[in-house]
Amino acid sequence: MSREQEAVARARKAFQTGRSKPIEYRIQQLKNLQRMFTERQKVISDAMKKDLNKSEVGTQLYETMGLEGEINLALKKVKEWAAPRPVEKNLLTLSDTVYIQPEPLGVVLIIGAWNYPWAVTIQPLIGAIAAGNAAVVKPSEVCVHTAKVMESLLPLYIDKELYPVVTGGIPETQELLRQRFDHIFYTGNSAVGKVIMEAAAKHLTPVTLELGGKSPCYIDKNCDISIACRRVAWGKYTNCGQTCIAPDYILCDPSIQDRVIAEVKKSIQDFYTDNPKTCPDYGRIINQRHFKRIMALMEDSTIAVGGDNDESDCYIAPTVLRDVKPEAKVMQEEIFGPLLPIIPISSLDEAIKFINKGEKPLALYVFTPDDKIINKMKNETSSGGLLANDCLVHYSVSSLPFGGVGNSGMGCYHGRFSFDQLSHLRSCLIKQLKMEGVNNMRYPPHTPKKLGWARFFILNSVDLGWAGRMALLAVLAVVAAVVIQNYLL
Amino acid sequence: MERQAVNRAKEAFLSGRTRPLEFRLQQLHALQRMITEKETEICTSLKQDINRSQYDTPLLELIGIENEISLAIEKLTQWAAPRQVDRNILTVSDEVYVQPEPLGVVLIIGAWNYPWAVTLQPLVGAIAAGNAAVVKPSELSEYSSLLLRDLYPVVTGGVSETQELLRLRFDHIFYTGSSTVGKVVMEAAARHLTPVTLELGGKSPCYIDKNCDIRIACRRITWGKFVNCGQTCIAPDYILCEPCIQGRVVECIRQTLLEFYGADPKCSPDYGRIINQRHFSRIMSLMEGYTPVIGGQTDASQRYIAPTVLKDVPPHSRLMQEEIFGPLLPIVAVSDMDDAIRFVNEREKPLALYIFCSDKKATKKMIEETTSGGVTVNDVMMHYTLSSLPFGGVGQSGMGCYHGKHTFDQLSHQRACLIRSLGMESVNLSRYPPQDRRRARRARMALKSPMIDLSKRTFVWAVIYLDTILSTPTTYNIILSQVS
Repeated sequence: MSREQEAVARARKAFQTGRSKPIEYRIQQLKNLQRMFTERQKVISDAMKKDLNKSEVGTQLYETMGLEGEINLALKKVKEWAAPRPVEKNLLTLSDTVYIQPEPLGVVLIIGAWNYPWAVTIQPLIGAIAAGNAAVVKPSEVCVHTAKVMESLLPLYIDKELYPVVTGGIPETQELLRQRFDHIFYTGNSAVGKVIMEAAAKHLTPVTLELGGKSPCYIDKNCDISIACRRVAWGKYTNCGQTCIAPDYILCDPSIQDRVIAEVKKSIQDFYTDNPKTCPDYGRIINQRHFKRIMALMEDSTIAVGGDNDESDCYIAPTVLRDVKPEAKVMQEEIFGPLLPIIPISSLDEAIKFINKGEKPLALYVFTPDDKIINKMKNETSSGGLLANDCLVHYSVSSLPFGGVGNSGMGCYHGRFSFDQLSHLRSCLIKQLKMEGVNNMRYPPHTPKKLGWARFFILNSVDLGWAGRMALLAVLAVVAAVVIQNYLL
Repeated sequence: MERQAVNRAKEAFLSGRTRPLEFRLQQLHALQRMITEKETEICTSLKQDINRSQYDTPLLELIGIENEISLAIEKLTQWAAPRQVDRNILTVSDEVYVQPEPLGVVLIIGAWNYPWAVTLQPLVGAIAAGNAAVVKPSELSEYSSLLLRDLYPVVTGGVSETQELLRLRFDHIFYTGSSTVGKVVMEAAARHLTPVTLELGGKSPCYIDKNCDIRIACRRITWGKFVNCGQTCIAPDYILCEPCIQGRVVECIRQTLLEFYGADPKCSPDYGRIINQRHFSRIMSLMEGYTPVIGGQTDASQRYIAPTVLKDVPPHSRLMQEEIFGPLLPIVAVSDMDDAIRFVNEREKPLALYIFCSDKKATKKMIEETTSGGVTVNDVMMHYTLSSLPFGGVGQSGMGCYHGKHTFDQLSHQRACLIRSLGMESVNLSRYPPQDRRRARRARMALKSPMIDLSKRTFVWAVIYLDTILSTPTTYNIILSQVS
């Protein structure tokens, strides 16, 4: 048996013992996870610095604090989320007990990404634990140091049979994908997303795919360009552009392009000083392969700001490209780096047409004070999420479902959505072995009279409101009982 | 031909005309009219396909569809409206909501056992959600699919036409049928990253506790099993009960069968037939080597199989290896409820689980220790009829769910929307670099504070906000150091 097979088999066996189901157990595991982030902050930050040159504050702000928030929310709400959910009844079920019971799925596979390794690997894990599942955690091998830290730390805090960490590269992931899971949660790119879904299809395993795409950013010429550009610059250059919901490119009127460039340049200077290379808050590209990929994207566009780089350090300066053409290399794939192309576009309609030509993005940003423009953009495009007048922050509102549509993904999570995504919501109808007379209208031998009664009871064509329905039911129940007893039996 | 239909649907969707609520309501009303006006033809087509009685069709299919359409018409405005969500400190002055949106072009692949219900119910949801839809009814229910084609734009055909359709790109695929084909559909969908809803099947167990009212239990089970000649995805597939009540169960079923279909079910207008020769032979071969205690008579020329009950069926028999989807009812002996639970859990997760038991605690235990798409206690199949309950499978019995609002939600994209303003920039100041240790320490202290019962992350932002509002950070530091 391969190492991966063993880990999955052990997790399944541990799940079958039933110990991940009781709420107290889930709460205890979540509390342990919480402790891990409090006690091991330094180790986590050190690894992030080595992997992505993320500052200690940056790691906290963008990764661990968010997780601590999600854990707190889960701790507070898990009892409520896991409780039976009563639903609306109809005439025939008024005296029955009807509810939806959330249940664990079984063994969940969580495949993490390298850009926010803790956030995108542990947030699904929080949902998996809260929902009562076992989970096999596969951190991205690309963030080498963080993967090692995850592998060594998680078993010290949470159940190592129920939640094993399996590290490795492509062959190990392929081996994992051959095993059978009850749900697969993948964060990464669309190309691999297809491979994951195909592998899942062989076992009829449902999937959540958090993918990416080119998130457009439309700047209306009548907005406060200085503030807009500051927010865009922050969204773009955080983590050196390696954010799935980073504003990928800007669409704006040609008349404001120069102003936009100037304002972005100013923000870059404010954030990262004149020499971002030496600034502790500015990150690096994850590895040489991505460095080369991003450098190649710049080739056929005009650099307005930045452009300097250092391959030995995987450093690319915060860069703005001007007058970018739709056919340019930088517009053919998700940039995932610190290049900000500006495409001059003459009107909102043109912008909408341009956006709709591409695949549905993970996020859509629109900067304007005009509600009509926001609504038009919203009604005539589609995207995972829509954020007006800011970047990235919809990610941190846990009451909003976070996920993509079309090529940018399927399924969603955060907060209660993580819990629901990794649960089976089972319909339960509890009837009694009485009132058998009512059932006679469904039994053969069939007659037009019986069908008439059935139609009367089942067809919900009249809406009387709750009180009306109650009153009608009371009368009907008496009438029906009498009539059926005397005439149909 | 398939490509043309899909392109037409795509163009229709891109023109934007499926989006306005008025259009969706108009289409739903038209669908409703179709069902009402063509009821006789629909019943006739089902009689020809599967010998279903003309009363069963409205009872089992049409009334349900009518209900779904009226529910959609009544609730459409509410379902399609933006859905407000909880705000936090960071977003208290923003608009935060989830906007349901159409996905685009939905492919609906129907099944032959309830051709109208499983094809039109998803269609109702697709229309209500503002999508375009390509409908592919099952070719096995020939007459029904031809009738549907005359009434509504559909793509008819067999395996090769379906394969051609599956090569094309959709925004969602809704499939009802077997698990084997379900895998093929999902694999095809994966190539385009198309989300799927798979309503599959399995062996739905039916446990009869020895202390319940066995006569009524058997009446309900008999109805559920032999309606549509056993060709129902949520039919009770097999019975689990203790050996001491097996005889009683058989007798009650025998009596009920007499009452429902008379001494010779072949002559009853209410008893159906098997859909085709292939399934007829398949079901016949399941019976091989076993002597039924009830029924067993067949007539290949009519594809007739009598309502059949077999007892003391061993768990490893062929009868217990695949979904029967026919009028054979095996009884498997178990020693008690725990044994029954073990039996159910050893097998794939079923689409439905039925428990006949008067003991509330025991019922609760069985529900808690098993899993299935849905559960009905003390009856069969009825959870299907309540549109507030999500109908769908889990594991091999399917993924996704529908009925009522669930269909609408399944075939929509729930788009997260956050509308901020370009004012209040001071709130954002401390998220921008340069970041310093002072801010981080304050943030960390905020995390430790138990004051506000919100997601700690948002409280962090509030602290940072206060930090910028108070223009004297040193004072704040002093205050904090007093507190800590």
